[in-house]
Amino acid sequence: MFDSLSGKLCKIFRNLKGYGRLSESNIKEAMREIKLALLEADVNYRVVKDFVAAVKSKAVGKDVIDSITPGQQVVKIVHDELVNLMGGTPEPVELKKYNNRLMLVGLQGSGKTTTAAKLASYYRKKGHNPLLVGLDVQRPAAIDQLVFLAKQLDIPVFYDKKEKNVVDIAKRSLIEMQRCKATICIFDTAGRLHIDQQLMDELADLKQVICPQDILFVADAMTGQDAVTSIKEFNEKLSVTGVAVTKLDGDARGGAALSIKATTGCPIRFVGLGEKISDFDVFYPDRMASRILGMGDIVSLVEKAQEEFDEKQAVDLQKKIKRNEISLEDFLQQLKQIKKLGPLENIMSMIPGMGNMKGLAVNDKQLSHIEAVIQSMTRKERLKPQLIDLSRKKRISAGSGTSIQEVNQLLKNFMMMKKMMKKMMSQKHKIPNIGGKLWR
Amino acid sequence: MIFKKLADGLKKTRNQITSKLKSVFSKNTVINEEIIEEIEEILIQADMGFDTVTSVIQKIERSLTKNEKKDVSFIYDAIKNELKNFLSNDTLQPQPEDKDEKNLKIILVVGVNGTGKTTSIAKIANRYLSEGKKVILAACDTFRGAAIEQLEVWAQRSGAYLVKHQHGADAAAVAYDAVEAALARNADYLIIDTAGRLHTNKNLMEELKKIKRIVQKKIINAPHEILMVLDAVTGQNAVPQVKTFNEALSLTGLILTKLDGTAKGGVVIRIQNEFNIPVKYIGIGEQIDDILPFNANDFIDALFED
Repeated sequence: MFDSLSGKLCKIFRNLKGYGRLSESNIKEAMREIKLALLEADVNYRVVKDFVAAVKSKAVGKDVIDSITPGQQVVKIVHDELVNLMGGTPEPVELKKYNNRLMLVGLQGSGKTTTAAKLASYYRKKGHNPLLVGLDVQRPAAIDQLVFLAKQLDIPVFYDKKEKNVVDIAKRSLIEMQRCKATICIFDTAGRLHIDQQLMDELADLKQVICPQDILFVADAMTGQDAVTSIKEFNEKLSVTGVAVTKLDGDARGGAALSIKATTGCPIRFVGLGEKISDFDVFYPDRMASRILGMGDIVSLVEKAQEEFDEKQAVDLQKKIKRNEISLEDFLQQLKQIKKLGPLENIMSMIPGMGNMKGLAVNDKQLSHIEAVIQSMTRKERLKPQLIDLSRKKRISAGSGTSIQEVNQLLKNFMMMKKMMKKMMSQKHKIPNIGGKLWR
Repeated sequence: MIFKKLADGLKKTRNQITSKLKSVFSKNTVINEEIIEEIEEILIQADMGFDTVTSVIQKIERSLTKNEKKDVSFIYDAIKNELKNFLSNDTLQPQPEDKDEKNLKIILVVGVNGTGKTTSIAKIANRYLSEGKKVILAACDTFRGAAIEQLEVWAQRSGAYLVKHQHGADAAAVAYDAVEAALARNADYLIIDTAGRLHTNKNLMEELKKIKRIVQKKIINAPHEILMVLDAVTGQNAVPQVKTFNEALSLTGLILTKLDGTAKGGVVIRIQNEFNIPVKYIGIGEQIDDILPFNANDFIDALFED
């Protein structure tokens, strides 16, 4: 996420740090670079201008020039300004106990239908009883797509493929909402251009019927300078209450996200991070700013890990590591838990300093191979890998569809890991807290 | 007629750029820093990218004489010409479509999510069908919910034959069957729809390569066209997108969609400049005939037309 932008800013500040002391001229140079990077990131031209001016006026100040680490100071100023620009604190949509109505609007292909399903799943996790309403009668099979997703999630969905009048469908959906005792109703509307007067009027009509507490504008992270134009139009017509930015799992620098809050005041509430329903999160401006500056997003990672990891298991594992009793069985469990966190590449990008190492190509496939190999072992073999002789290796490789070399490699790596752990444990009094800390 | 349609589709774009430029030029009569900056702003807001804009402006500044710089219309023409230069080479000529070849032509359509691949395919299929060609569509987007149904609706509307499998089926297998069907039925065109994918997803990019390989197994020099669909709304991220797709598949062209909005699609100028991949079609609406072959001259002229 925002990879290229953070890469660029990192480079600029590596240069800045080199100077030791900042002069006005090298601040100027840095500002030009920031401007360039932000423009390249599709941040709106006006927003960039204001941003650079704000950063510059703070950076040229006496404090910065006299400070011992001026580069760090500028990084901090840029970071704070970025957080500022994106809206300070996270602002998820707060729901009432019942009768919530949320309407999704946006251009074609921004990801409204997927976001609708993700939102439904998100609120169900929070204890709500969602109902999805398909109001996209424009695009062929759009309703089918919503129904498909709803079915996967086992969430009720209201639609009428024969009816062309969406206002009518909306009216009936509200009755359905009461009937099925839904506490939140999510309306998926057809994508439309903000200059299509007729369809914009239709949205206004829908708004009157639905009376939504929230209208979310769904924006594609890849959007260029035009993002501001479209959100402005939607906002004027409908008073949008928030924005969901989608497709942030790509390398789009997401300048649109930066611009939207700055130019319209609409807060960004959610981010879409992939095609899976769980690839969805609340928008955290501070985390995002850290990411932009290449500081990594360790907070998100730890939170995600806490969500997925079993506390008791972790304690058990630590004990085992201490006694050097870790077996392939434990190893397999760890692997499975790491896999739960999502694709390895995503995890890597959250770790500070790893963001720039995308080319490292950590392969989820390799993980799967390792998993297969261990799963092809008997329990006895997993606990006592020394047992594994050539004939067992042959069986394991055949069973897991890998080669003997791969089995050998795994065993070798595992032994090495065990040795390293032993060493680490014996040195523990010298290097405190080195083991087991990362996941807690 | 065609020109008018393009002009209509680009009206918003044109109005924005020209009215802004005109207002710049009417205020000032002599070129100075301020004008340069304003021109820069206008062109950047058309998503042309900082580098492209800077080099356009530098060239104009260098090429104009002092007297010319005083004349607004000179600057105006210079910008227009310079942009045309960026879109130069073969794309200045309308793309000739070979009609005399009897053999099956295979068109593979790719792109990131939500750019309008399926709709564009329906439009292209419709064009060929109206020329009396036999068109087969392959529903290789087996991932997104209801993607197959979407293409099916379009196929029914236009009368093209559709090859499909179940949701979740192997996309390459669908492609294989489609090629066989196209050969058996003596079709003129086979258009392959693929699932939208972010270019950063390595596995999905590999899947595309596989589709290409499978098609080549049947017909060596196929796919004859590999077109990437690009949403005009897309900003500078279009560059890494095109780069990655091109590296994986060797693109033969672009389809620029949603030009009926206010988005300018200016990034294609940068793309043409960096990768020399021409735009072949533009999409200008939701109706089945809202597609036109791209013509660089018309594109720029329409952009700056009064």
